[in-house]
Amino acid sequence: MSESASDELAVAVIELSDVGKRFEGMQTVEALVGVNMAVAEGEWVAIVGPSGSGKSTLLNIIGLLDTHTSGLYRFDGIDVSDLADKQRAGMRSRGIGFVFQSFHLLAHRTVTENVMLADVYRKAPAKDRRPRALAALEKVGLADRAEFLPPFLSGGERQRAAIARALMGEPRLLLCDEPTGNLDSVTTKNILQLFSDLNKQGLTIVMITHDPAVAKRAGRRVRITDGVLKADS
Amino acid sequence: MLTTPSGMTVRDLINESVAGLFARPGRMVLTVVGTVIGLAALVSTLGLSRTAGNRIVGRFDALAATEIVASPKPSAISATVDALPWDSPARLGRLAGVAAVGNLSPVNVAGRLVTASPVTDPLNQTRFTLTVSAASPGLFRAVRADLRTGRILDESDSVRSERVAVLGPAAALRLGITRVDHLPAISIGDDLYLVIGILDGVKRQPDLLGAVIIPEGTAQQLYRLKNPALVVVETDIGATSLVASQIPTALRPDSPRSLKVVSPPAPQRVREAVKTDLNVLFLILGGVSLLVGATGIANVTLVSVMERTGEIGLRRALGATRRHIAQQFLVESTTMGFAGGVLGASLGTLVVVGVSAYQSWTPVIDPLVPLLAPIVGGLTGLISGTYPALRASRLAPVEALRAGL
Repeated sequence: MSESASDELAVAVIELSDVGKRFEGMQTVEALVGVNMAVAEGEWVAIVGPSGSGKSTLLNIIGLLDTHTSGLYRFDGIDVSDLADKQRAGMRSRGIGFVFQSFHLLAHRTVTENVMLADVYRKAPAKDRRPRALAALEKVGLADRAEFLPPFLSGGERQRAAIARALMGEPRLLLCDEPTGNLDSVTTKNILQLFSDLNKQGLTIVMITHDPAVAKRAGRRVRITDGVLKADS
Repeated sequence: MLTTPSGMTVRDLINESVAGLFARPGRMVLTVVGTVIGLAALVSTLGLSRTAGNRIVGRFDALAATEIVASPKPSAISATVDALPWDSPARLGRLAGVAAVGNLSPVNVAGRLVTASPVTDPLNQTRFTLTVSAASPGLFRAVRADLRTGRILDESDSVRSERVAVLGPAAALRLGITRVDHLPAISIGDDLYLVIGILDGVKRQPDLLGAVIIPEGTAQQLYRLKNPALVVVETDIGATSLVASQIPTALRPDSPRSLKVVSPPAPQRVREAVKTDLNVLFLILGGVSLLVGATGIANVTLVSVMERTGEIGLRRALGATRRHIAQQFLVESTTMGFAGGVLGASLGTLVVVGVSAYQSWTPVIDPLVPLLAPIVGGLTGLISGTYPALRASRLAPVEALRAGL
């Protein structure tokens, strides 16, 4: 992760070639058509688009939560189409850190316990979990809230906790879905600054947003309209 | 390796499930109540029927447990053949385990009245119909008679056919005799008797309380008493069954079957478990409660799955497979059922002990019953949780994540 974003020879963390997603049903819907996209290690890419444009579908495919119906998707050089469900789950757990619009913190568990949850499905030993969770919280500047319950935190603090959880496994990719959608403008600025800092430390970020102001902070923007992806500058 | 399948340690599975349960402790407690009631009803019903079936019939009564009464069997052939010998006390006194023995016979006085006064008082009743009994000297010990005053009949009185009498306390009261030092006399019909003693009470053969007791020899001579009617035996504790089996041969070696020997029943348990309709009703009640409890667990787990859709989505994003999600909800529902079983078994056992204490019974419970209850509860929870767990595992992570938290 030490390679810089400008390095032309950087390894592609994700690589989509002609990826399509078709929902069969009463009415067949082409949610994604011929998507080509590569995100190199250390890049910060924003996917912009209005609601219904297919950006959530794209996020789910990138995040290995859903499968594409045509084309080729490589995550960290591995073709994910022939992986078993269990392997995709393992890949989600180790390779991707998710950040959601509504934070998805468990209300009755402390911030530290929420962060430690990231380790549960890795069959990881429980011993060093707490120190690593505390380190992740330190990284997002939330060490002083470690033993709080999420309902007692502000929106910005909750999103920091969620980011700490995503960082816990040292993922290859931080995948964010409208990460500032529930935050006010000041908090949004702070969270974006955190993303910027993490990106500078070498973390690859893919972020979905409908807000052009938020997208502007990313290193690169792509626009999705009616399931078709285009570069945006 | 990035493609290594995700996994979960047993410890993490239990941690996550327990944390899930305790997120809403109040709801968990209410959910468990149905199972608790069901299993408590089952455990207490099984325990109580076992306890009731095992109790000792009646109370152990030392007085009743040492008494044997022998009498001739009522026989159609001849009363003289099937009769007790006069020397019965001597014969039985030789047996080991016999503490005291005496003959007792009602005397037929042919309607003669008993009086203590030769003068007829026109205002007060002075002549009474009283039971007249003939007793051998040993009888007073055999019936545990207490003497208030005077002395009891002895062997010489019988041999010489003395006209003496001992009064039961009730008889003495009616005849107006309270002391014997001034040699009071009573008459049975025209025959005069000297009252030599007054009893205070008897522990056995309560008829003696109101009787005039005369020597056997006197009864033989005056009232043609042919044979003793009863032999009353007091045995040592624990000797009744042995002595009772020896009595017929000792008294009538020629015809042991002609005697009727009444001895106390050996302490025994009610072998047959109490299988009353009430018992069956309680078992059905327990089963129904268990069913209601199971439905409760299923219902609450299902509601919990709906509420925790966002959490399920998050867990899928963090690497959980369908199997991991199903496992967690199954462990949650099984834990609830198991906890219900533990509480139910404890409650049921307490009910058995409480009822037993109230009834002075010895609580008896099959150790398997309270041990099996948590297993039955756990199985109930497992079965109840199956459908909700499958529902949870089938949620698409994408949709689950959109549900928020």
